[in-house]
Amino acid sequence: MDSRFADALARLPDYFGNHVLVSLAALLLGLAVSFPLAIASRRRPVLRAAVLTATSLVQTIPGLALLALFYPLLLGAAAFSERAFGHSFSALGFLPAVLALALYSMLPVVRNTITGIDGIDPAIKRAALGVGMTERQTLLMVELPLALPVIMAGIRTASVWVIGTATLSTPIGQTSLGNYIFAGLQTQNWVSVLFGCVAAATLALAVDQLLALIGRGLSARNRRSLVAGGAGLCLIIIAALLPNVSMGSRGYVIGAKPFAEQYILATLIQDRLRTRGHLTTRKDGLGSAVIFNALAAGEIDAYVEYSGTIWTNQMQRTDVPSREQVLREVGQWLKDRFGIILVGRLGFDNAYALAMLDRRAAELGVTSIADLQRLAPRLSIAGDYEFFGRPEWKAIEKAYGLSFPKERQMQAEFMYPAVAAREVDVIAAYTSDGRIREFQLRVLDDPKSAIPPYDAILLVSARRAADEEFLAALQPLTNAISLEAMREANQQVGGGISPEAVARTLAKKIGR
Amino acid sequence: MTQVNAIRIEGVCKRFDGIARPALDDIELSVGAREFIVVVGASGSGKTTLLQLINRLSEPTAGRITIGGIDATALDPIELRRRTGYVFQEVGLFPHMSVAENIAITPKLLGWEKRRIDARVNELLGLVRLGADYGPRFPSQLSGGERQRVGVARALAAEPEVVLMDEPFSALDPLTRDALAQDYRRLHDTLQLTSMMITHDMLEALGVADRIVVLQAGRIVAEGTPKALLEHEHTYVRELMQAPRKVAARVASLLGDGVR
Repeated sequence: MDSRFADALARLPDYFGNHVLVSLAALLLGLAVSFPLAIASRRRPVLRAAVLTATSLVQTIPGLALLALFYPLLLGAAAFSERAFGHSFSALGFLPAVLALALYSMLPVVRNTITGIDGIDPAIKRAALGVGMTERQTLLMVELPLALPVIMAGIRTASVWVIGTATLSTPIGQTSLGNYIFAGLQTQNWVSVLFGCVAAATLALAVDQLLALIGRGLSARNRRSLVAGGAGLCLIIIAALLPNVSMGSRGYVIGAKPFAEQYILATLIQDRLRTRGHLTTRKDGLGSAVIFNALAAGEIDAYVEYSGTIWTNQMQRTDVPSREQVLREVGQWLKDRFGIILVGRLGFDNAYALAMLDRRAAELGVTSIADLQRLAPRLSIAGDYEFFGRPEWKAIEKAYGLSFPKERQMQAEFMYPAVAAREVDVIAAYTSDGRIREFQLRVLDDPKSAIPPYDAILLVSARRAADEEFLAALQPLTNAISLEAMREANQQVGGGISPEAVARTLAKKIGR
Repeated sequence: MTQVNAIRIEGVCKRFDGIARPALDDIELSVGAREFIVVVGASGSGKTTLLQLINRLSEPTAGRITIGGIDATALDPIELRRRTGYVFQEVGLFPHMSVAENIAITPKLLGWEKRRIDARVNELLGLVRLGADYGPRFPSQLSGGERQRVGVARALAAEPEVVLMDEPFSALDPLTRDALAQDYRRLHDTLQLTSMMITHDMLEALGVADRIVVLQAGRIVAEGTPKALLEHEHTYVRELMQAPRKVAARVASLLGDGVR
């Protein structure tokens, strides 16, 4: 069996279980809200229009954006609750995912319930009144049973949407089948991507069919299909609960941003803790802002950050002092503001850097960013989704007076091949990326120091600041990994080796 | 009629929003206990509206309706409907319920015991000549005539004294229609019901009614026994009587010729 497949299979209980639980909670919550809302609005035209418009509007928000929006919203709510009641809750993972997905599930349930009841022959409704039913009895004994097939179709649509969209809850910290897809995309592990897609699709189809069976059983009063459908759903839920029940304590939670280097380093940290007998959990695929807030809130215990990210994004600094000074100020700031411990630098830096195909740079005679000034209007540049919105890009543009006619955003996986194929001229590469060597790129000098240093640094949450055992386990990683060693490791993942295997090789190589 | 009237309609008007002509205009009508009254009128004459006022599916704009001597507005409309049988034009059987469940609906709403309901359902299936084996079937599995027999059984289920019927048999073929009408008339007599049926078909009215009321454009233009109406002078009534008369004459002449 392919090791990548075996690896994916080993993670299935955890990913599947979490995926089912978050989907189930979202669907139940969605139903609990939308169903009464639809019933209440069926004879109130104003409420009905408002409900339908609002739920339709939610559908126009892309799933990923909706999920992402709930995180800061809950963060604010958690902070408020902390101040007001002295009790906070986690704004990461389960809660925002459930709320966003529940909102997402509302439209089909609301619309189908209203349509289903509207579609009943008026003669039947008159007959219900005529035989002496009250409004409530008409609803329960006639309207709902007759609208059931349409309502059930709505619930089926909602469940398929929720199960599919739940894959997008990975970046806000909710483990799901999306972990396969996000991690796979970053590490070019297509087996993992495919595995995640197939697993999510299979789950969605299975639930859809089981709900159809239950619907048929209810309308045709076929007890056997009702029982079969119900048993199938129960089985899925039990299968989902099993790994989550057995996993009582989460131990130390290690976070990782969604790219190969982070997966390698998180594994490295995890392995060190494991060999010392500690329980560990991973929170993978968190975005830059999310992961920092999660550490500040104590929802994760440690992760690898880059000094420049804190400097520009969190501290909002635009000046670029020396590497040592940035490190010192970042450490002080983190400690003062959040009680976060900067354990130390790992030894390499992963900065943004403008890079060109070496041959192309030679043709054009470019060695530093300054050389691009006169050429920029004729060249194209590509960066990841974050880059062109980041302060350092503004700083580079300003410092060197660059004006590219077009800024293209793409996933890093496609950016490197694009520059190699000369589809773009300049890319915003990462200095520790193995592909710089692989694709023979030239990293352009930054003589005006517009780009701040991005030393890889190990951060520990305030909650674990006094945990000697924990800090002692992490300490040996400081100054242990050279830029060369990291590039090589990154390149190996790009070549199809799992981050876990690469992490073990790296650990051996650096003797830790 | 010495007994108190089962239904009394006094000076009832009914207007609908945005329509100038009243649907019903100054209606005076008394229905005696155990009487079978048939209201005949064209579509738009207001006959369905009249029926709906009696079990308060609709409320009059002016005038008063008493049921068994009590002002209808003093009665709980739900209670009133449960003790008044109603047979609908479009049958109105609940498609998701079996025949037995359809018949049992009003007794169930009234909170009868299950044993009593089951016995009543079986009794009614016999009374409308369907038989107990029809109980578990669904409306979609029945013919039009069978469905309307279930409709009648449902209306009679809670042992009402008054039964209202809105063109109950008009969608059926003539043979079935006649059989059902005669069967119902028999039930009316044996169960000592007060029945008010509306129809557009004078022939049907003549076949079952104790008294016929002719409704035209929201007003009562004639009322009397079938025999009295045959002699009535009103143009519209004579028009209505023309068809039955012609059929009768034709049949008589055919029989006179000795053709069998």
